[in-house]
Amino acid sequence: MSVALAERLDDATRDASSLRRFLAGLPGVDQVGLEQRAATLATRSIKQDAKRWAIDTAISMVDLTTLEGADTRGAVRSLCAKAVRPDPQRPDTPSVAAVCVYPDLAATAVEALAGTDVAVASVATAFPSGRSNRAVKLADTALAVDSGATEVDMVIDRGAFLEGRYGDVFDEIVAVKQACGDSHLKVILETGELATYDNVRKASWLALLAGGDVIKTSTGKVSPAATLPVAHVMLQAVRDFHEATGELRGVKVAGGIRTTKDAIRYLVAVNEVAGERWLTPSLFRFGASSLLNDLLLQRRAKQDGHYSGANYLPE
Amino acid sequence: MPVFDYAPAPENRDIARVKQYYQPFIGGGFVDGDGEPLKTLNPATGEVLAEVSTVSSSDVDSAVHAARRAFERVWSPMPGAERAKYIFRIARLIQERARELAVLESLDNGKPIRESRDADIPTAAAYFFYHAGWADKLDYAGLGPSPQPLGVAGQVIPWNFPLLMLAWKIAPALATGNTVVLKPAETTPLTALVFAEICQQADLPPGVVNIVPGAGDVGEMLVTHPDVDKVAFTGSTEVGKLIQRQLAGTRTRLTLELGGKAANIVFDDAPIDQAIEGIVNGIFFNQGHVCCAGSRLLVQESVADEVLSKLRARVETLRLGDPLDKNTDIGAINSAEQLAKIRELVASGEDEGAQRWTSPCPVPEKGFFFAPTVFSGVESSMRIAREEIFGPVLSVQTFRTPDEAVTKANTTPYGLSAGVWTEKGSRILWLTSKLRAGVVWANTFNRFDPAAPFGGYKESGFGREGGRSGLAAYLKGDDDGAV
Amino acid sequence: MARSDRVGVAKTYKLYIGGKFPRSESGRSYPVTSESGAFLANASQASRKDLRDAVVAARSAFGGWSGATAYNRGQVLYRVAEVMEGRRDQFIAEVRDAEDVRPRTAESLVDTAIDRWVWYAGWTDKLAAVLGGTNPVAGPYFSFTVPEPTGVVGVLAPQRSSLLGLVSVLAPVLATGCTAAFVSSDARPLPAITLAEVLATSDVPGGVVNLLTGQAAELGPWLASHADVNALDLTGADPEHRTELARSAADTVKRVLRVPEQEPDWTSSPGIGRLRAYLEDKTVWHPMGV
Repeated sequence: MSVALAERLDDATRDASSLRRFLAGLPGVDQVGLEQRAATLATRSIKQDAKRWAIDTAISMVDLTTLEGADTRGAVRSLCAKAVRPDPQRPDTPSVAAVCVYPDLAATAVEALAGTDVAVASVATAFPSGRSNRAVKLADTALAVDSGATEVDMVIDRGAFLEGRYGDVFDEIVAVKQACGDSHLKVILETGELATYDNVRKASWLALLAGGDVIKTSTGKVSPAATLPVAHVMLQAVRDFHEATGELRGVKVAGGIRTTKDAIRYLVAVNEVAGERWLTPSLFRFGASSLLNDLLLQRRAKQDGHYSGANYLPE
Repeated sequence: MPVFDYAPAPENRDIARVKQYYQPFIGGGFVDGDGEPLKTLNPATGEVLAEVSTVSSSDVDSAVHAARRAFERVWSPMPGAERAKYIFRIARLIQERARELAVLESLDNGKPIRESRDADIPTAAAYFFYHAGWADKLDYAGLGPSPQPLGVAGQVIPWNFPLLMLAWKIAPALATGNTVVLKPAETTPLTALVFAEICQQADLPPGVVNIVPGAGDVGEMLVTHPDVDKVAFTGSTEVGKLIQRQLAGTRTRLTLELGGKAANIVFDDAPIDQAIEGIVNGIFFNQGHVCCAGSRLLVQESVADEVLSKLRARVETLRLGDPLDKNTDIGAINSAEQLAKIRELVASGEDEGAQRWTSPCPVPEKGFFFAPTVFSGVESSMRIAREEIFGPVLSVQTFRTPDEAVTKANTTPYGLSAGVWTEKGSRILWLTSKLRAGVVWANTFNRFDPAAPFGGYKESGFGREGGRSGLAAYLKGDDDGAV
Repeated sequence: MARSDRVGVAKTYKLYIGGKFPRSESGRSYPVTSESGAFLANASQASRKDLRDAVVAARSAFGGWSGATAYNRGQVLYRVAEVMEGRRDQFIAEVRDAEDVRPRTAESLVDTAIDRWVWYAGWTDKLAAVLGGTNPVAGPYFSFTVPEPTGVVGVLAPQRSSLLGLVSVLAPVLATGCTAAFVSSDARPLPAITLAEVLATSDVPGGVVNLLTGQAAELGPWLASHADVNALDLTGADPEHRTELARSAADTVKRVLRVPEQEPDWTSSPGIGRLRAYLEDKTVWHPMGV
């Protein structure tokens, strides 16, 4: 982005009113143009070797997630086994990037994944609504980090954001980031509640300025969750942030991504909107559960030359 | 080597059902013409695609005669509601054969399959759907009671949107009760001849539509034919002027849709990412072979650097190559002649001191291709700022104030289209009233719809296509009254 | 010319360019006579340089006139009719002399001319509603079409009908928001000059209408080939010359009005064909989103 933006960035975080001015000065997003571009890019046809590469890359970017009230330690352990070896009969299948659980189950996941490359991510900060006080949110974060989670998925205070209290949202992210220590912070914007793409852009910049390592679309508990146009806006934000600061930040899309076709569309968007350097698990993630099985089925179909079935994969 | 290397994803060319030989369509049948047969090329390879029989002067006579007879005996006496059903049938048949037409269009024209599939062919069908509904409602078009058709329309269309331009011409002519003799462009005759098959499949009465392939000489025979009542031409301003001269003093009616050199104006408060898309769509859609292309980017000085750097980054992602590949964004230039013209103008831009930037994308060795190119530091006096390039070449100029933007935008003999990018509503409306152009796209570009009139000011032509105004071009109206 | 014992003050008939009444830069004039041959006055014989000045004046007035509100243009044009009404007797006398018609006929022609002016004055703020509209396009866009004036219109006014014909060709140009450079009837120019005096005293901004008296045969080619003229009405051209003039107009793609071979009966009711001829459809698109 422009030099002018880089200069304004320095000033943006000085206080709440300069933050407000900075966010107000971001360029608008035209809904129709954005959605049209996303739809056009979604017509890319990914075949042959490119598809094989995309499937494996997508698998390696999955944050295999379970965020249910009914989660048990047993369920988490079997999820972790799957994360490490998604398709045991095909040992060349890559592991996923991380397993994502509630904080009270983070320790279980850490134990199950010890010695593997699969990270443990824990949601925190009164996920998914974020409706609690700062102390509870920080305690929640501490629980996750103390349990060994190396990635924390926090939610922003959407109420405060929609009220225009950007400074409060910012401060909270800063505080959580501090509580994370060395753990990676993913900041969930819950774009389905932000109502406009302009707000998605503002929230993205706000989270990046506050130190979020990754900006994430959704909790998965609110509809709409991730959409391609929203991903475009967030990918533009990390691209422009990098242009202005030289820092590389990531994007995670979560919720509603169930098929290989969907996943590949996101990879195309990453490739053509942000750029190919974002095509790595450290900078792009899928928050998903059922997506993984579809990727595995497609992967088998590519290898075998015929379609496979869910019964041939581990649960 | 890119990290994510898209494998080739070619559409199957067999879908086009290309024949070795095509014939003119006159009086309801395919007949050999007496003209010198032409070979139409696949511009992506330079190879011959098919041979096409062309027409002679006596064939044009036969076609006009067939159209006249069909006009008098069948088409004009037919109730509008019946005419409408034929046109609806044609619209449906285009949809049914859409895939075939799209692949054939890309083979013959060189445009990316994504565009022929998603834009050209569906929009062509939409023009027939829209106009079909008018056929029995002309009394309500605001053109006076019981407006009457003109007779035989001689229509000449360009190579940039072969089937779509055919639809823009034929749909309103038929809906208003006229019959048609249409000459497709010399380098892109094939979809028009498949359209002739569609007319047969629709059981359209013989002579209502006649297709006469050939080069410029056939076009001249057609537009100067004494029994043609109406001439509609889309093409270069140069040829348009010639036709206007040739028809001067005759009673033949004329509408012209000619060239352009549209300004695409970007203000500092524009929705920048969508503006970049709009600039790209404005000049690189259809390889820039678009009369209303946004070929002059006027960008406010305060954001010029940012816009240019984002634009270059975006243009680098455009994929140039095989038109049949579903991932191709920029296909082939339609002909060697057009490619030479683009190269000549680009060379003039460099000679005159503009800074050239061309996308480093790989360019196929065979066929006619030109990589997307952006000129900055362009002065209004340079040829690349004044002349229509009709290729993937953008000229960038800057401005400081809205008045300056308007002056720069309007300082051209053309007046077909313009684009405006700003988030400020009142500025948009001020600009749209100041820009001397027939179509103004605000925060979008290159949108077309049969319900929206399209056509130029000044040397971009006269008459409109689409909407109510488009009907007026094919009906006797009160402009015949002298008072 | 009504007579009494008093010696009348004869009027000098001049051109009307850019709101002023100059003589021809060429210094030429020519005698105007009645149909029966009686001397009426000397009229300026405009040259091609006068024509050039007239087009320049029309172009510089175009922005203001086309940019005025339709309501304002309607008021100004209605004011013209009011002032014409005040000069009714003068017009009757001039038309009677020029066209050699009976007084009753002259009266009727003048009344029709004034009424026609009123008719066109009322059109200014209806054109957009009648000819424009919103376009129900298939997508998330608001699209509308408005008629806009095409620019400077060159008019060769009717040769026979000195006032009603002139009003019938001039008023629609002004009603659309275009500006005009026109050449009056060669043999019957005097009512045109009086009309120019009416325009000059009825709030029509200078340059909106520019009158040249003289010969259509001399001035027509310069008008038809002038690159800064957008549309052309060849009503007053010799039918023999029209083809050549229209050819020349093609060099800058001018809109050339379709006119009948012979001068029509101006007393019949006008349609809106002349208004449509000087209007361009402008289609505007904008996305609809949040």
